[in-house]
Amino acid sequence: MADTFSSMQNQYKTILKKYIEDKNEVVLYQAQQFSKKILENQVSPEETVSFHLEAIDEFFPKLPEGVRDSFELLIEVMMGFGMAYREHQSLRDKQKELEAEINVAASMQQTLLPANIPEVESLDIGVISMPATKMSGDYYHFIKDENDCIGLAIADIIGKGIPAALCMSMIKYAMDSLPEQRLQPGALLENLNRVVERNVAANMFITMMYGSYDPRIHQFYYSGAGHEPGFYYNYAEDKFEELYAKGLALGIKRETKFREYHKRVEPGDFIVLLSDGVTECRTVDGFIEREEIISLIRKYQHMTAQEIVDKVFYELERLQHFQLKDDFSLIILRRKV
Amino acid sequence: MGIQSNVEVQTEWGIVSARQAGRNLAKEAGFSSVDQARIATAISELARNIYLYANNGEIIIEFLENENVSPPRRGIKITARDEGPGIDNIRNAMEDGYTTSGGLGAGLPGVKRLMDEFDIDSRSGVGTEITAIKWLR
Repeated sequence: MADTFSSMQNQYKTILKKYIEDKNEVVLYQAQQFSKKILENQVSPEETVSFHLEAIDEFFPKLPEGVRDSFELLIEVMMGFGMAYREHQSLRDKQKELEAEINVAASMQQTLLPANIPEVESLDIGVISMPATKMSGDYYHFIKDENDCIGLAIADIIGKGIPAALCMSMIKYAMDSLPEQRLQPGALLENLNRVVERNVAANMFITMMYGSYDPRIHQFYYSGAGHEPGFYYNYAEDKFEELYAKGLALGIKRETKFREYHKRVEPGDFIVLLSDGVTECRTVDGFIEREEIISLIRKYQHMTAQEIVDKVFYELERLQHFQLKDDFSLIILRRKV
Repeated sequence: MGIQSNVEVQTEWGIVSARQAGRNLAKEAGFSSVDQARIATAISELARNIYLYANNGEIIIEFLENENVSPPRRGIKITARDEGPGIDNIRNAMEDGYTTSGGLGAGLPGVKRLMDEFDIDSRSGVGTEITAIKWLR
């Protein structure tokens, strides 16, 4: 319950009286606490000055006229602070409203992401996706068909925040409308590119890596549209290779072809897909090297795919003092047996 | 009571006279010194807008008494009227941080917050009329 205005005035009077009677640090500490209360109760600066004037007027009835008048001048001078203070309050309220609105939008955006990771006996999949602000420009997608084949995508909409988030909903619906291509990465990107090229502004584009995994023959097919290369971990040789797929980003040129690559995946091998928020982690020493990401993954590679992505994210977040500069997404898909 | 002051605003002297008239009436009506300063500041901001953008206009300060409510309410009404260029985009002018003349928190939204009631009517090329009321607590 907020203190009433007159109770605030009385509290001030009491503190001032104590201070006049016995100047000491205890009272000054009380005054400091009181100043917090003043802000809590939204008492403006000019009102605070008037508290003082009325109190000393009461304590010293024979206040020289000039001293009294001088406070009128002080109140006038404080008016500017008062106006700035009230503007600050109103801007804070507005900010809260906007934040609430963005929270609603952010939770709506979450519904565009897959609710759960598909489960396939021979595979272990982990994913983490964290927006730098509330809305994310990163997108990932999983799909599993009746043969346990998996389609997976990771995309980065150039730009961050709300414009990127709006664009992301289009990608999601476009992908949902292309079910027959979900296991043909090249064809899927071609179709998606046409949708993006037609529907987004010329200065906006999207990078994507799309892959499909057939657990019956353990083949991984993939195509890329200007996306940050991923990694392929070869278990037999204990080596990380770059997982690169040549291709223009979506939305640049109407008729773009995307080359399809494939790889035979052996037990223990895993595929790492990431967004540039992972490789462009900025620390005091500059951008983090891809080598450093590999060594982080190595550090945790004995764990499950989900544990690896969580740990890697935590370490990179810590390196950046828990302030992400860009949206961060990391997917690991491992062949278990 | 029908006390009313009309002040022409053409120069900065006009701003000062309008402030003075408002402060006197506020004091008479029984407003605290802080509220007097608020009313004077609101008048000041409105008069300054006239001086800067319309070159000439008037500030009318009236004593208000509403006996139809209980307890009866008393207050001060400020009317700022000019036949200047008008405000093209009132919505912008009422937005915090938009003001071009004042500093932090000043401008029309600042005036609105200093007073209890606020109304603005402005037409491009015709002029602006702003009314603001402060009630005695």
